[in-house]
Amino acid sequence: MSPIRLTRRNFLKLGAAAAALATGACSRPREAIVPYAHQPENELPGVPRFYATAACFVGAAEGMLVESNAGRPTKVEGNPGHPGSLGATSVHGQASVLELWDPERSKVPRQRGQPATRGALERDIADALVRLRERGGEGLRLLVRDASSPTLARQLDGVVERFPRALVHRWDPLHRDRSREGARLAFGRPLEPLYRIEQAGAILSLDSRFLDDHPYRLNHARQFARARMPRDGRMCRLYALESAPSLVGAMADHRFAMSVPAIEAWLVEKNAAYDTIFKDLKQNRGVILAGEALSPQAHALAHRLNAELGAPVAYIEPSERELRPLPELVQAMRGGAVELLVILDGNPAYDAPAELDFTAALARVALSVHLSLYDDETSARCTWHLPSTHFMEHWSDARAFDGTAAIVQPLIAPLYAGVSPHELLSLLSGEHKSAYDLVRETWRHIDWDAALRQGVIRGSASRPLQVSLRGFSRPKPAPEQGWQVRFVADEAVLDGRFANSAWLQELPRADSKLTWDNAALVSPNSAKVLGVATGDVLDILLGARTLRAPAWVTPAQADMSLTLPLGYGRSRAGAIGNGVGIDAFTLRTHAEPWSAGGAQVTKAPGRHEFATTQNHARMEGRELARHVGLAHIDSFASKKPNTSLYPGWPYDGYRWAMSIDLNACIGCNACTIACQAENNIPTVGKEQVIAGREMHWIRVDRYYEERRTLFQPVPCMHCENAPCEYVCPVEASVHDSEGLNVQVYNRCVGTRFCSQNCPYKVRRFNFLDYQRKEEELKAQRNPEVTVRMRGVMEKCTYCVQRITRARIEAEKQGRRIGDGEVVTACQAACPTSAIVFGDLNDKESEVSKAKTSPLDYDLLGELNTRPRTSYAARIVNRNPELKDG
Amino acid sequence: MADVAAPLRRWSYASVSDKIADIVLARRASWPWVVAFLISMIGTVAFVGAIGWLFLRGIGIWGVNIPTAWGFAIANFVWWIGIGHAGTFISAILLLLRQTWRTSINRFAEAMTLFAAGIAGIFPILHLGRPWFFYWLVPYPNVMELWPQWRSALVWDIFAISTYLIVSLLFWYIGLVPDLATLRDRAGTRARQVVYGLLALGWRGEARHWARFETVYLLLAGLATPLVVSVHSVVSLDFAIAIVPGYHSTVFPPYFVAGALFSGFAMVLTLAIPLRHFFRLHDFITDRHLENAAKILLACGWIVAYGYFIETFTAFYSGDEFEIAMVKDRLLGFYGPVYWTVLACNIVVPQILWWRAARRSAWTLLAVSLVVNLGMWLERVMIVVQSMHHDFMPSAWGNFIPTAWDWITFFGSIAFFAFLFLLFVRALPAISIFEMRELVLEEKKS
Repeated sequence: MSPIRLTRRNFLKLGAAAAALATGACSRPREAIVPYAHQPENELPGVPRFYATAACFVGAAEGMLVESNAGRPTKVEGNPGHPGSLGATSVHGQASVLELWDPERSKVPRQRGQPATRGALERDIADALVRLRERGGEGLRLLVRDASSPTLARQLDGVVERFPRALVHRWDPLHRDRSREGARLAFGRPLEPLYRIEQAGAILSLDSRFLDDHPYRLNHARQFARARMPRDGRMCRLYALESAPSLVGAMADHRFAMSVPAIEAWLVEKNAAYDTIFKDLKQNRGVILAGEALSPQAHALAHRLNAELGAPVAYIEPSERELRPLPELVQAMRGGAVELLVILDGNPAYDAPAELDFTAALARVALSVHLSLYDDETSARCTWHLPSTHFMEHWSDARAFDGTAAIVQPLIAPLYAGVSPHELLSLLSGEHKSAYDLVRETWRHIDWDAALRQGVIRGSASRPLQVSLRGFSRPKPAPEQGWQVRFVADEAVLDGRFANSAWLQELPRADSKLTWDNAALVSPNSAKVLGVATGDVLDILLGARTLRAPAWVTPAQADMSLTLPLGYGRSRAGAIGNGVGIDAFTLRTHAEPWSAGGAQVTKAPGRHEFATTQNHARMEGRELARHVGLAHIDSFASKKPNTSLYPGWPYDGYRWAMSIDLNACIGCNACTIACQAENNIPTVGKEQVIAGREMHWIRVDRYYEERRTLFQPVPCMHCENAPCEYVCPVEASVHDSEGLNVQVYNRCVGTRFCSQNCPYKVRRFNFLDYQRKEEELKAQRNPEVTVRMRGVMEKCTYCVQRITRARIEAEKQGRRIGDGEVVTACQAACPTSAIVFGDLNDKESEVSKAKTSPLDYDLLGELNTRPRTSYAARIVNRNPELKDG
Repeated sequence: MADVAAPLRRWSYASVSDKIADIVLARRASWPWVVAFLISMIGTVAFVGAIGWLFLRGIGIWGVNIPTAWGFAIANFVWWIGIGHAGTFISAILLLLRQTWRTSINRFAEAMTLFAAGIAGIFPILHLGRPWFFYWLVPYPNVMELWPQWRSALVWDIFAISTYLIVSLLFWYIGLVPDLATLRDRAGTRARQVVYGLLALGWRGEARHWARFETVYLLLAGLATPLVVSVHSVVSLDFAIAIVPGYHSTVFPPYFVAGALFSGFAMVLTLAIPLRHFFRLHDFITDRHLENAAKILLACGWIVAYGYFIETFTAFYSGDEFEIAMVKDRLLGFYGPVYWTVLACNIVVPQILWWRAARRSAWTLLAVSLVVNLGMWLERVMIVVQSMHHDFMPSAWGNFIPTAWDWITFFGSIAFFAFLFLLFVRALPAISIFEMRELVLEEKKS
């Protein structure tokens, strides 16, 4: 993170980069791309355009509308028409624009690490293909990570057609093999359950991470929020059994931290709590969701129980076809049977199961070609590395979890000498076609322009299938012995794919509020047994493999169980991601990808310093993140003092305000990172986070209370009686005519009195010059938002630039800004629509209505700051018959 | 009174002048002075270096953060400005009260005030995120047509401090004029004659000069007197107008003024005792002087103790959960040791001054004064930092840990103060010659 020193070499590098950007950065792809919905007649400078596209982060597509400012993609918004988005975005969707502009992306093809030409690579491949052709393709293997693209599937077929003995393998470290296998047991074929959570009266989550890293997470979140809205005194109740802290557990009314074998045993043994919960599920049209860590038998059992309950769930074909597994490939590689290995995306040298020793096997492959966005661990060990284009640079297509297809359309011509997976495959199949032609061929019969404009292909969703259950054996829970080790995708960097994203590294993880690190999560009881506290170091022995990891104590973790988030300890991620955290892949095997038993854990010498954004987890009896029982909503005391010696300030025009529904908020952090992307908020690095200087304008506070986890997003409150305003000596913190508390950056001298006097501590100060100076990153910045220098205070502005954009539009048409025309970045990204923004002078606006809720309250209202941002309390819906959890 | 002046009987009109003026004009620099000067110079260079690095890199080189966005810079500012109080108190208020014993200590106490207030004035500028725009806090006609924001206590600070600095400087300088003339008349070299001569503003010791001088001096004393109370009251408002528990307190103005005098008199003792020892001024700065200062120290200490008590009491009496939590944290939290050290330094240790023997022992007094200086600095740090680190939102709680640059800047400022003071005792009479002459004369008459 250190700023570039301007040596002669750096000067030349920057000069060359600037020249390259000047010529290449703002050019459009050659083929016609069609902007979303309202196409202006001409390109208007200063008026951003939005293009629909889609990307896969957790196994299925998330539709998005990417904002383009003068040809530069700057910000990702959700696509309301796409079922994998519903208008919301994930943290990964938001961060993908930073990935595009990452200065450390691979830029040139490399042969054994040395820069080489694409022509040389094509010759090498062509030579190999000539030889392979003679043997019908024997010795040609392909390894793909993500196969949800119909065009890619078609191309793979084409390659196999040309080389009948070629084999296609798949390795996605975040695979869903267990649930596929479970469906195969239950129904005789691999199917995906499509849960209609919205219709469920009760949910039993068996370690399901349906809000965390499920391919349909954004859709689930929206449905879940709807199901949790009380109607006629009833709302959906959530029971969660979880082996690792998750958003699902945090939202649960009853939460049980149990290891994976304990959950399976619970399912088979049927104790009193089981009976109570099943009674509730039966009465209220409940549904059971099984998580990936459970055995296929447990999945099958869940399917059968759902059938018995008449649960709201449909079954569809998986969006991806089945391909050959990785171990087969590695065996062939080790036997020297692989002559040409083409790896499309993915990083198996880093994330393949530990016992396979993929790296050693790779050394025995005559010619290996790795196509990837970064020159990573796998690239370094392959004969050839070829830079991949980013999804915002190439044509492709992708299916959402429910099967809905979307065209991936580029917003910008490739920044570097990259090729797309389609183009590489067309080289193998001998077609030599452009990705655009290939994708168009796949979708010959659709309304192409409409598909681009809407971001979805109408009617392409999978149809629910009629299924019938078969007989299968009940799960046989493994006897619990020693420690359980649970592997989960890190919520920020996933399997390491986003390890070089500073935004995601610095995004406080939902439960731990940890940044720039992963840790072995342990429960307080287990920590006591081990004699460790947060920051102490553990030695983990699993099978014959060991790992030394710092411990993080969290009450959401099951006893005698460790959770290890994947995706860290990378050696070739880039300057941001290298050496951050510990590599849990070194313990992970193919047979036990999610949960492994029989581990030995001991305390190791040493301490580790963590960077967390929240040092105190309890509310200390203060009424901050409030909650109320479903039965007591009417008696909720909303403290709203409104006393002043002075008359209120008249607001004739607009009166902007925000309402945040804590009952909907699942703590996913999408708001935080959307705000970061929208408002040019810098990252500060691990040391500065430890020093307490993170810059997020909207943070999600997390409190533990009893067995509950409470989330509370905290942006600026835009107080009517703002304590920050009267203490500023230079009028840099002022109130505007519409009630916004605005910060005038170029007037600020940095006394920091405003932050001292802010009871919410939402103000952020540029203690040092935090803005990264790389030219590529400058292209990502929002041109409508000032980039702040060191020494000035900043904070949430209610996205004043978006208000202004709406105002200009409204004034042109001589009308008021309508409700819903101003959507703040946090609001737009929120998967549960927990954030509502609008004009309080409009009594019909959503925000006005939200503030009439009996659960509406002001944060620290007793201070008489009269915040414009208010909260609706969370509703807890406990089962009166169940005392546990 | 007789007791104070008794040793003066040994002195004559001329020998007093000789003694004091010779420190400046005739005596060669002694080795303790040279050593002290070199050390203070090294510290001053470190101070300037730390400021340079601060301007280059930004405020982030310090330990400040969110929630504790104010740190040592503000604590140092309040501490230094507090030290700057005793000088004016001694010169102006005791002059108006006709306390002639003040004569032998007022000159260097005023110098102390001037240096301390000057250094204090540096810190708010260093504290700024963008120090090059500090003048935006000053009302001046500008093309932006913007005035400072008058409701902010920081703007009041600018006025309070600049007024105090100007009046202190004038008071000190006017009081110096007759002595500068004495030095001019006795100067051995041409250069000294010219410099002291220019500074003496043509003083010839005429009766008219004396008449005007007395009037001006008394008027300035009248002007300076309210400032003693006002400056630190305004400084205390920097905190008191905020809504944060630990800052928001109505007892702050008197409590800060008492604290200022407390630390100011401690610093007077810290300076007077070595001064008297090294320049053998025992006949001018007598044990009685030290004893009087010690008594004031004791009295101020009790007012400060009352402040501590009433703050804690009010917190619980108010029933406000945030106030109570702040006090509990102050007593038992992360910064608890700081609080207990403050109590030990500012309340427990000064109680030794009830004993006459302690009050008359110069070295005991020096030790007590150093302890009080430390205690008062820690108290400023406690108020500035501890109040903030656990305020309303537990989610935002955090600790301020000073960095090396924080410490270098703090100790550097002390070195700079010592540097200025060491220069002062060699360049100007540290004790008022003409007022001492008056005392000797009066003594002779009686």
